[in-house]
Amino acid sequence: MTNLTTKDIPRLLQAYRQMVTIREFEDNANELYLTAKMPGLTHMYSGQEAVAVGICEALKSTDYITSTHRGHGHCVAKGANLKLMFCELLGKEEGYCRGKGGSMHIADQSNGNLGANAIVGGSAGIATGAALRSKMLGKDDVTVCFFGDGALGQGLLYEVMNMAALWSLPVIYACENNMYGEYTHVDEMAAGSLTARAEAFGIETHRVDGQDFVAVNALSEKLVARAREGEGPFFIVLDTYRYHGHHVGDVNRTYYRSKEEEQHWKTERDPILLLAEVLVSNEWATQQELDEFKAAIKKEAADAVSYALDAPYPDESEVDMHVFVD
Amino acid sequence: MRNITWSQAMNEAIAEEMRHDETVFIMGEDVAEAGTPFKVTSGLVEEFGTQRVLDTPISEPGFMGMAVGASLTGMRPIVDLMFGDFIYLIMDQLANQAAKQHYMSGGKLTVPLVVRTNMGATRRSAAQHSQSLQALVAHIPGIKVAMPSTPYEVKGLMKTAIRDNNPVVIFEDKLSYQMKGPVPEEEYFIPFGQANVISQGTDITLIGTSSMVQVCEEAALILAEKGISAEVIDVRTIAPLDEHTLVESVKKTGRAIVVDEGHQSFGVTSEIVARLNEQAFYYLDAPLTRMGAMDVPIPFSPALEDLTVPTAAGVADKAVKLVTGER
Ligand SMILES: Cc1ncc(C[n+]2csc(CCOP(=O)(O)OP(=O)(O)O)c2C)c(N)n1
Ligand SMILES: [Mg+2]
Repeated sequence: MTNLTTKDIPRLLQAYRQMVTIREFEDNANELYLTAKMPGLTHMYSGQEAVAVGICEALKSTDYITSTHRGHGHCVAKGANLKLMFCELLGKEEGYCRGKGGSMHIADQSNGNLGANAIVGGSAGIATGAALRSKMLGKDDVTVCFFGDGALGQGLLYEVMNMAALWSLPVIYACENNMYGEYTHVDEMAAGSLTARAEAFGIETHRVDGQDFVAVNALSEKLVARAREGEGPFFIVLDTYRYHGHHVGDVNRTYYRSKEEEQHWKTERDPILLLAEVLVSNEWATQQELDEFKAAIKKEAADAVSYALDAPYPDESEVDMHVFVD
Repeated sequence: MRNITWSQAMNEAIAEEMRHDETVFIMGEDVAEAGTPFKVTSGLVEEFGTQRVLDTPISEPGFMGMAVGASLTGMRPIVDLMFGDFIYLIMDQLANQAAKQHYMSGGKLTVPLVVRTNMGATRRSAAQHSQSLQALVAHIPGIKVAMPSTPYEVKGLMKTAIRDNNPVVIFEDKLSYQMKGPVPEEEYFIPFGQANVISQGTDITLIGTSSMVQVCEEAALILAEKGISAEVIDVRTIAPLDEHTLVESVKKTGRAIVVDEGHQSFGVTSEIVARLNEQAFYYLDAPLTRMGAMDVPIPFSPALEDLTVPTAAGVADKAVKLVTGER
């Protein structure tokens, strides 16, 4: 357990704010889907907030991340604006990608988010290439590659981890082990040890409770600092859980995971409740303050949604724009 | 005749062939208990067990390669590739390994496998889950490509695909899984390389693949109201391609629009138009015309996505122009 002091209060409150923002964002996205206001499907990050926030709070906005199909959390944690995110989810012109990418392709260049990805494991090369660039130019930026346990099945990951290790690249592979890839348990998809996969390349690996912001953040601070010094790459398995279905439409889940299991994580292992507990038990915040915090974020998210709902769609002339750079 | 959904028809085709031949098996992501995200393979694992209905990790190139190896050594694998866009991941195994074995071995090795996958936009799935990549596959010598248009077609073509001794890729429009249609109880097969003339006409031939067949049929109805008689043809398989039926139709009508949901440039439509040009040129009354998806990655926004694919109204408009000679 990390020793926290009053110096940590602003950081913890900031993390609390970010985690609640992600949860609110996702609850609104789900509602947009259920009320048929959002085109297509989306994958919720709820339950995994401490992973994205714990890691991204250790990064500067000039550091890079690559994200996944379950990417809203990474995007918020890296500093994105809710209005522009909702606009993207609704296919509006003001969205981060002018409505062309949607939920699965949000990228926020201004904050170093190189983009969500609809190909499982598809961003492993991109992340490692960004780290290669940092090394080539002598920059001290770090790149974090987020991916799920399911992506451990993809060969690309092993090719690039090998090169990252050979060339000591400043990249951190963050495997969010929420125990399922779609409707299949990780034990049925990944043989042997998860961490040994990276150890085989001589990469230093860690495993951490992904529900515990304090633990994730403490580890991330250390590894990011070391990666800046050229000690990378690193590999982390973060044990976590997704609260919703694989995507918003996956509502009947009992054939692959039990209601009891879901309930256990939501009530006993919730990252937001766990951080609130740290804040309240140390008397660094009262429950009432946290509730007020939450109410303000709720309002901010609701405003962003109505803003996005009213925002215009892109003009038809945009359809063949951006195929090539002019 | 009973009406069943596309998913049921595909499910029956797989189940019947697995009963018929115990070397047939299916592998892919979430094909067992989950029955695929589109619920197409539901019930198969209960009947055939996990030895023949294999849930794989998310390792497309790996399991595609294993299917090649299993088929070279006597099995008849069905590879379930969840989205057609993942063709890019399996391309080496498909093109360099599966497609060439028979030829490279001087006819000694065979690769009797089927890849069942999908295609089609307008599902708001964005650029990496909306592509129609059949032209890419049809470009490779040694692979057959089926493009079913209805539940009846998918069952008959899938059964033929499984019995074929070559690698076959069958593309299903992902918006069709719930489509209902008449499918006989009795066993039947639809041979490859035989296009289906759906309706006879005299003024123009509308040639479609997959769901573009419905687009052509709808366009024909619009044209009928305007007094234009369109002949509609379902290509069924683009490799092998039934040139004869298409050429004979165009010789009769003197005009054709070819509609396919892949990108228009270097696409299925280009290939068919080129062959018609070579064989029916002297019978033509108007330029042979292609209609494919726009040459852009499929955008997410509904406001843009719907512009990228051919529609019945668009096909009908174009047909009117060709028939009346208006530019
Ligand atoms: C290459 C590839 N194969 C399959 C899919 C379909 N798919 C989307 S998400 C997913 C599961 C991913 O599991 P995991 O990596 O654990 O991420 P999680 O959804 O749990 O966040 C699958 C199979 C895909 N998008 N890309
Ligand atoms: Mg997972």
